[in-house]
Amino acid sequence: MENIKVIVGLGSCGIAAGAKKVFEHIELLNKDNNLPIYLDKTSCIGMCYREPLVEIHDGNDVYLYGDVDQKKVEEIINYHIENHKPLEKYVVQTDKFKAPENNFFEGQVKIALRNCGHINPERIEEYENRNGYKSIKKIADEKISNQQVIQTVLESGLRGRGGGGFPTGVKWKFASGYNAENKYIICNADEGDPGAFMDRSLLEGDPHSVLEGMIIAAYAIKANQGVIYCRAEYPLAIVRLNIAIEQARKKGYLGKNILGIEGFNFDIYVKEGAGAFVCGEETALIASVEGKRGMPRKRPPFPAESGLWKSPTNINNVETYANIPWIIFNGAQEYAKYGTEKSKGTKVFALTGKIRHGGLVEVPMGITIRDIIFKLGGGIINDKKFKAVQMGGPSGGCIPERLADTIVDYDSVTATGAIMGSGGMVVMDETTCMVDIARFFLDFTAKESCGKCTFCRIGTKRMLEILTRITEGEGKDGDIELLEELAQQIKDNSLCGLGQTAPNPVLTTIKYFRHEYEAHIYDKKCPALHCKKLLTYTVIPDKCTGCTVCAKNCPTNAISGSPKEIHFIDHDKCIKCGECFSRCKFDAIKLS
Amino acid sequence: MDNPISMQSSKVDLKLLDPVIEKYKDKKGSLIPLLQGTQNIFGFIPEEAFYKLSSQTGISLSDMYGVATFYTQFRLNPVGKYVIKVCHGTACHVQNATKISESIQDFLKIKDGETTEDNLFTLESVACLGCCSLAPVMMIGGEAYGKLDGKKAVNVIKEIKKKNQ
Repeated sequence: MENIKVIVGLGSCGIAAGAKKVFEHIELLNKDNNLPIYLDKTSCIGMCYREPLVEIHDGNDVYLYGDVDQKKVEEIINYHIENHKPLEKYVVQTDKFKAPENNFFEGQVKIALRNCGHINPERIEEYENRNGYKSIKKIADEKISNQQVIQTVLESGLRGRGGGGFPTGVKWKFASGYNAENKYIICNADEGDPGAFMDRSLLEGDPHSVLEGMIIAAYAIKANQGVIYCRAEYPLAIVRLNIAIEQARKKGYLGKNILGIEGFNFDIYVKEGAGAFVCGEETALIASVEGKRGMPRKRPPFPAESGLWKSPTNINNVETYANIPWIIFNGAQEYAKYGTEKSKGTKVFALTGKIRHGGLVEVPMGITIRDIIFKLGGGIINDKKFKAVQMGGPSGGCIPERLADTIVDYDSVTATGAIMGSGGMVVMDETTCMVDIARFFLDFTAKESCGKCTFCRIGTKRMLEILTRITEGEGKDGDIELLEELAQQIKDNSLCGLGQTAPNPVLTTIKYFRHEYEAHIYDKKCPALHCKKLLTYTVIPDKCTGCTVCAKNCPTNAISGSPKEIHFIDHDKCIKCGECFSRCKFDAIKLS
Repeated sequence: MDNPISMQSSKVDLKLLDPVIEKYKDKKGSLIPLLQGTQNIFGFIPEEAFYKLSSQTGISLSDMYGVATFYTQFRLNPVGKYVIKVCHGTACHVQNATKISESIQDFLKIKDGETTEDNLFTLESVACLGCCSLAPVMMIGGEAYGKLDGKKAVNVIKEIKKKNQ
């Protein structure tokens, strides 16, 4: 074994940023020169904003390099080989000295993500070496009964990480109470919230932890079949899951009489989704696994009683399952040490939007939103003003800056009008228009409504029309009240979570940013200078040099002026395409 | 030109479907994988394929059509050689994904969902691709391009166009 280990982060984000090219470059270098290094891959390390990431283990010291490309990686590796020292200027994180991103991991507690970025997800041995499959072994060796397992999960206080927040132990208890020939465990990996990628990272980075969680759940409720319903948009996750399942079968973690537990037969297969947001809802998901249109049905009966193929079924989300092995291994009390009274443990968040350190973080419940955004997230890009954070995707809401000291737990977040959701946190600054954001989400839910309930199908469409009108300067007196009324009707008269929560983005933005709605409707102005039809473009005479670039590029010939003379925009002809604004090299076009 | 599906379908070799049908025929709940397999072969689901699948599996045509039109993944029309998927997830939206789509539309002279006349490109808006930290993002043929603006996006397409000349 060489004592320089080079590990490249090959998650989807990393690959998109160029990590695969870096990896292949090192492979080639290694082949040509037979370098004294050991090359390996891992998945998401969480520091997405520094991708591509390369970690180097030089003896016992570990250094994380960021923004690496082919040229840099060659320089870095050669430096390590020659000097056995880090190339400090490119190091982003280490415990050896002060590096720019050292505090990204401070304050994080990694339970669900305990192995992500630390193991090669395509090798089961690496998972096993980090206490992997020890929890199911513990159950087998110590002959822990299924009711004891459920009791441990109950005591841990773990709640559904998909967004609903229903206590996982209670769900398992229900499902364990029904007897049937076939019982199912389903893993909901249909991560549909735009702006959320926690589950993808987990599946790509540590698929075995999810499998082990499902195996333990199967033991607890006495299920014999497992299904992972995964988004088709996550091809890498599907590949790695299938590799992991094959390895687990070979090692006897899946199959018949697992680990010698008499009568415990369980196997898992992956079912690819086909693109429907509503399939995140459990009854719709079940319909989809059965090969039907993914439309929700009335509950009860709950899936615990009558789910897939009318058999008792337990559905949890990816992150929920990933927590389970840790809880069984370390004990309920250890898990419940983290968090608040009613929300125990940790939660993974995907930080995106106008934030410096976009990436994946896992924090104990009870931390404030402000700490997540400013301490871990590094604040707002370009030092702009923090305006709001959107939590919970299309079912959630926008939490304004003044409530940023809200702590992260299910009940506190719900009290703001948003929801915890699956963990997407999209940060918005002063240039984000809140009416436009509401319109954006309604556009999403109107398209994704399955059409079963009239209020959801037509109501969201009507709300979208009103919002579009407002952003185009056609808002009328009474629109806000009409939106509120429609929102209430949709909430009251929809069968599933999609409809019941679809109006949340509108309601929270009206609640906290009513003045922006009013500015659009009454003053025909967009305070964030975002809504195109409400903007005017004018030339700043002092700055205009008469270079004619704007006039030449104006698609409607709305700009007049001779060379070296101040130009003029005819507002009747202007279609507000913004071409002049982005082309002007002298900042001589003003938006207002 | 009234029915582009049938026009295209005349070229469709339905024998290619046999392994897919064989694999899923007797499994319950396999309508979605059947359709996914079909689309993997042809790039879309041709009308004739529906008839063949239905007669060989016993699944009714209406059930098939219902499922094929419910999920966004399925296409009933042929697509270009390259499908440009412009991400319109929340993170991309706040980083001005609209501008990316507009620039591509201007350049290729097609609207969202349409295919260029030379059958090279199809433009699609998609919900989150899950690379939010690289927003705004587009994906062409499995490769993601991040931190785009209108100009960069058009340049990527120009490059691909050049390669195909």
